[in-house]
Amino acid sequence: MAGEAEVQLRERLNRLRSLPLLRGARLSGELERLQRQLERIVAEPSDEQIWRSVELARHPDRPYTLDYVERMLEDFVELHGDRGRADDAALVTGLGSFDGRTVALIGHQKGRDIQERSKRNFGMAYPEGYRKAMRVMELADRHGFPLITLVDTPGAYPGVAAEQHGQGGMIARSQAVMARLRTPIVSCIIGEGGSGGAIAIAVADRVLMQENAIYSVISPEGCAAILWRDAGEAQKAAAAFKPDAGHCLELGVIDAIVPEPAEGAHSDPDAAATLLKDSIGESLEELIGFSGDELRGRRRARFRSLGTLETVKAP
Amino acid sequence: MAARIDVSIEHKHAPPEANADGKPHPNTCPGCGSHYRDDELEQHLNVCPQCGHHFPMRARARIAQLTDEGSFTEEAGELRSDDPLGFFDLRPYTERLAEAEVATGLGDAMVTGHATLDGAPLQLAVMDFAFMGGSMGRVVGEKFTRACEAAAERQVPLVSVTASGGARMQEGILSLMQLPKTVCAVEDLHDAGGAMISVMAHPTTAGVLASFASLGDVIVAEPGALLSFTGPRVVQQTTREKLPDDFGLAESNYRFGHLDAIVPRPELRDYVARLLRLFGNGG
Repeated sequence: MAGEAEVQLRERLNRLRSLPLLRGARLSGELERLQRQLERIVAEPSDEQIWRSVELARHPDRPYTLDYVERMLEDFVELHGDRGRADDAALVTGLGSFDGRTVALIGHQKGRDIQERSKRNFGMAYPEGYRKAMRVMELADRHGFPLITLVDTPGAYPGVAAEQHGQGGMIARSQAVMARLRTPIVSCIIGEGGSGGAIAIAVADRVLMQENAIYSVISPEGCAAILWRDAGEAQKAAAAFKPDAGHCLELGVIDAIVPEPAEGAHSDPDAAATLLKDSIGESLEELIGFSGDELRGRRRARFRSLGTLETVKAP
Repeated sequence: MAARIDVSIEHKHAPPEANADGKPHPNTCPGCGSHYRDDELEQHLNVCPQCGHHFPMRARARIAQLTDEGSFTEEAGELRSDDPLGFFDLRPYTERLAEAEVATGLGDAMVTGHATLDGAPLQLAVMDFAFMGGSMGRVVGEKFTRACEAAAERQVPLVSVTASGGARMQEGILSLMQLPKTVCAVEDLHDAGGAMISVMAHPTTAGVLASFASLGDVIVAEPGALLSFTGPRVVQQTTREKLPDDFGLAESNYRFGHLDAIVPRPELRDYVARLLRLFGNGG
């Protein structure tokens, strides 16, 4: 089942091992990370492990976007409002300095306590949130700032007003804006990558995913309610549609897994942030230097390739 | 004792008993209760002559409606899905696929190809709700993408007709990836100077609404079509809000500015033809 992703990883490992250790600790860190990824892929995760990812991805102490922002970015300035009707607190946007380079950041934000959760709508954005994200994407593009997005949402908000304000169309247009940007984009799924609400800000050049994050087309409960006609069968549903990082890597949906501290990101947010920052920095380095048109063309080709003829056969 | 005479047209069209599962017969109008034979519905483009309710329309019938007779050439019709996740809910995905193909005569939930309408060439991507709820997996994503590419290459407008419950759960995250894939395809088409006309039929929801269907240069819908990112039942259950009577319907979407027009099915052919002329005569 491991297949192509495993072969690619093995090749990268061998290549790295044969390099003289010029970059020292950094390179050996990379080796270690690849080794762990490889082990993860080779060992097909059990249904219990998949469910553990679901639980860890939703852990109430898991670091959220702003926890990473304060550890990864300097001089962060949050930008508010969609310039139309509202400021959606479920999506945070801003500018900051990442290793001395100005970047734009967009991320879902869940709340820590009851009050904040309600203010941030549990990380479920309204169309206004995606419109704010779009204007910040365009701002990044205008000034050539690389864009970092952190995905952590159960999904876009399912409410009457959200529908009236055009939830579906806004998610479509947010993806379209990302497909047009001429600046590097790195996205990381840091918790729940819930369906349309997640992909709206994840059309990136490099898509990363934390070890215990999940990325899925529908919530396990939603899938269970439809296919099993019982939301209580969420665990079975998760085992069937495999939202864990290992499977997402294997299917080519993400480019790399970002390791977490052994007990999960919530056990040591500082360490989790360091690991995340390293991975994002590495991805950005790979992208800086490409022209805007190249970036855009490759980005579209990346998504074009998901589900081509190699995986779709004639009868 | 009352005389036994045939008192009404309704009786002639009396709906048959509900099916065993309690659902009304598909040819019974949910709007006014009139019942029709297949050929009667077909003759009226599956629109109820009594009340104007739009019954579902199959992809091939839709293509016949929107093209010159005999002009349609299907493309990518050979594509079939495999089962990337080994998905098994109450039944294996492969079984559901095979059953859908037998039931609909289609390889997946979208038919694509090129044709002419009043002599003007166009590319078509038409969904069929009868195939697994019109759900979008990799085959639909790939077919739509190829339709965009073909439209760009031929320099003809793309007409998309959607009827879909959203992304196909059985292909998991790969179905979600069809959203950005189809979005990128529309962007490429637009960059190549191509036009896209999006016709939303009932229902156009979730992943299809949140991707290519919403990116048409012109977006129209059929009367009464449900166009919502989240369906009314889930919204009601999640939020406990009282839903407006027209929640998510085309009429509500039009009022809130998400549609260019609501076009009744009998007028759709002329409407699309007019747009083709306009886009064909530009810059």
